[in-house]
Amino acid sequence: MRDLYAWLSIAAIVLASTTGDVLLSHAMKQIGDLGELRRRRGLAHVLARVVSTPNFLFGLLAMTFAFYSLLMALSWQDVSLVAPASASLTFIANAVGARIFLHERVDHRRWIAALLVAGGVALVAI
Amino acid sequence: MNLRKYLVLLGVVIFGASGDALLSRGMRQLGEIPLHHWQKLIFAVVHPWVALGVLLLLAFFASYMTALSWADLTYVLPATSIGYVLLAFIAKFVLHENVTATRWLGIALIAAGVGFVAQGPALTHHPHHEETPEAEALSRGKA
Repeated sequence: MRDLYAWLSIAAIVLASTTGDVLLSHAMKQIGDLGELRRRRGLAHVLARVVSTPNFLFGLLAMTFAFYSLLMALSWQDVSLVAPASASLTFIANAVGARIFLHERVDHRRWIAALLVAGGVALVAI
Repeated sequence: MNLRKYLVLLGVVIFGASGDALLSRGMRQLGEIPLHHWQKLIFAVVHPWVALGVLLLLAFFASYMTALSWADLTYVLPATSIGYVLLAFIAKFVLHENVTATRWLGIALIAAGVGFVAQGPALTHHPHHEETPEAEALSRGKA
């Protein structure tokens, strides 16, 4: 039961954090380079700009859900299993999500990197 | 990519791994939380180790958002996954969890993946990207 709960929480983490990552990445691309913006307009402007971007807030909501799922999973299993296992699956889900929703050019190099990292992370989880 | 941007990626790695490690330490002290006591999760964040972990994860989040503002998601995620290597070292030497030979092999694969993506371009160029006036002015300034 303990393992089943841990893996269910891991599935929730993957789904929520992929949704969150895609929304946050989209929001940040809309705003543009935060470092440049801070130098030109100041930190207060950057913060106001970020929190007034709807996709940032939706992304944050998804990430909060992922965070509580992580706490839940951590109460049942080791961090060296939970963090890599959820991340491994999130890598694959994110590569697919970034390609479909963000139109990122996921070339051979990035697919190989995603698969190597996901595979490595899966081995770490065994 | 310049030094400032590499430092931001380093921040993502260090704050992320140490934040996760502190959360783990705190949750271990709190013990297993059964599903019907889910309210306990809300109060878990006031536990000192968990609170410190949350603080570090906020720093992680700020670095992560900054990285995403100038690099692709499919670049930032593999490039910062070296954090799992760091996390394995923390798990072994600080939290005293068991890190097996298979786990070390996995860590080697992760490192290989990081090396692979780090050689490529950081950002997909969208010629007709929907941009705000500010972002547009910035990219004109850089060109």
